[in-house]
Amino acid sequence: MTRPELTIAVPRGALLRETLDLLDAVGVETAEVRSNDRKLLFGDVGIVTMRPSDVPTYVEAGAADVGITGKDVLTEQDEREVVELLDLGYGPCRMILATVAGEPDPAAEALRRLGVMRVATKYYRIAARYFEETGRQAEIVEVKGSVELAPLTGLVEAIVDLTATGTTLRENGLVIREEIMTSTARLIANPVAHKLKSAAIDTLVARMREHRPAAPVVA
Amino acid sequence: MIHPIPNGTRDVLPDEMRELRAITEAMRAAFERREYGEVWTPTIEFEDVLRRGETGVDPAYRVFDDHGHVMALRPDMTVPIARVVATRYATAEPPLRFSYFAHAYRGVRPHRGQMREFLQAGVELVGAPGPHGTVEALTVLCEALDAVGLKGYRIALGSASLYPALMDTFDVPVEVRETLLAALAARDFVKLETQVRRHGLDDALVRVPQLRGGAAVLDGITGGEAGGLRAILADLPEHVSSRIVFDLGLARGLGYYTGAVFDVLDPELGEPLGGGGRYDDLLGRFGRPMPAVGFALHVDRLHLALAGEEAAA
Repeated sequence: MTRPELTIAVPRGALLRETLDLLDAVGVETAEVRSNDRKLLFGDVGIVTMRPSDVPTYVEAGAADVGITGKDVLTEQDEREVVELLDLGYGPCRMILATVAGEPDPAAEALRRLGVMRVATKYYRIAARYFEETGRQAEIVEVKGSVELAPLTGLVEAIVDLTATGTTLRENGLVIREEIMTSTARLIANPVAHKLKSAAIDTLVARMREHRPAAPVVA
Repeated sequence: MIHPIPNGTRDVLPDEMRELRAITEAMRAAFERREYGEVWTPTIEFEDVLRRGETGVDPAYRVFDDHGHVMALRPDMTVPIARVVATRYATAEPPLRFSYFAHAYRGVRPHRGQMREFLQAGVELVGAPGPHGTVEALTVLCEALDAVGLKGYRIALGSASLYPALMDTFDVPVEVRETLLAALAARDFVKLETQVRRHGLDDALVRVPQLRGGAAVLDGITGGEAGGLRAILADLPEHVSSRIVFDLGLARGLGYYTGAVFDVLDPELGEPLGGGGRYDDLLGRFGRPMPAVGFALHVDRLHLALAGEEAAA
């Protein structure tokens, strides 16, 4: 078997299944990836699997030629030098500001009386930029685990987080107060590979455009 | 004892230094053969002189002198050399040829191949218009890379005036232009496509900047820019033209480019080794209007690509 032309960074987690379905549809063999969830590198088919937030790192450095990850990740890491090629349409979710249900909104109340609200998030830069753009003073508290816990314990008044269905928020008594951005899966490429492997990348883009699940929602 | 050094700087010790020296000496000889005289300029300049270049890259490090003037570490060498030409060669007969090996400073996120203090090697050819000036610069560039021993490199060639001309052709409203240029500069083709669709603009505004490859991609466009790129290709010697891949979406970060622009790419490295282009308006901002072209290579990245090629061989 010849070495595949492109190395593709594939996100594990919520985007994995639809990513593998799309790769199957465009002719990349994914059976081994599906059957082995401990292995990370599949050299025969040119697939490497990783956390979605690591995809831009590998693609920027050229360790993978192309990759698939969420727009939320790309926005949080907007200094990465990668080419954003295609909106793949699947994995839709929203970046939201949520607080404990009930009136008055505890975050607005903290801002009004104390001059600053505390906000827990895994998306430090998106949150900081959003409060700067909307002219509000916020102290961003970066957490690694379940963000929903933070307002329930009094650590913060609000959270900025990603939600697809809103179920986890509801179960924890939180309500969405504002929508910051929407996100879907994107195909990205290394800028050097984009030029030196242009034919292979253009073919992949054309096939994915044809086989992506549905017309993406225009943000 | 551990004594820290500033973020984005690093020490070079003798084993690495010998390899870097071999690279710069080979390039220096290549520049010398083409009569590009080497210059030094101050590492630190007055900030308003650097800003006159309108590079779009702000100096990252500033200090005050004993009179309260703001001085800054240069973010590149092209603007200092434009200053030298305007002040020290005010009446000299063009063309003028200069080369340099100099450190420049930018407030980037430091990573392998791009520190905040970095060594550039480059040339400036002043007073030689396109296409023949561009042909000479590309030829010298390939001679320097060959002298260093780099094997697999390619030159991505495009034009800084191509996309603005395309927006003229399709009557893109003034208020949308900045958005499209910003999307292109960020290499965000999803945003470019969304914006073009939203404003009901021609599909060519999405398609053309994604054209990459051999001379055939020039068939996809009409107008002066395609003619200009064809004229360059026609005059290049074979050992240079065989290295060229066209990239009609090439957008270089610096604001002073006016015509042909190029990036040096190597399969062994995920980012360009350097690049350059035409800056026909820059000298005018310093009071001596002349067309010019030049390039700069990151010596560290050249070293990484060479090491990568050696390991792959």
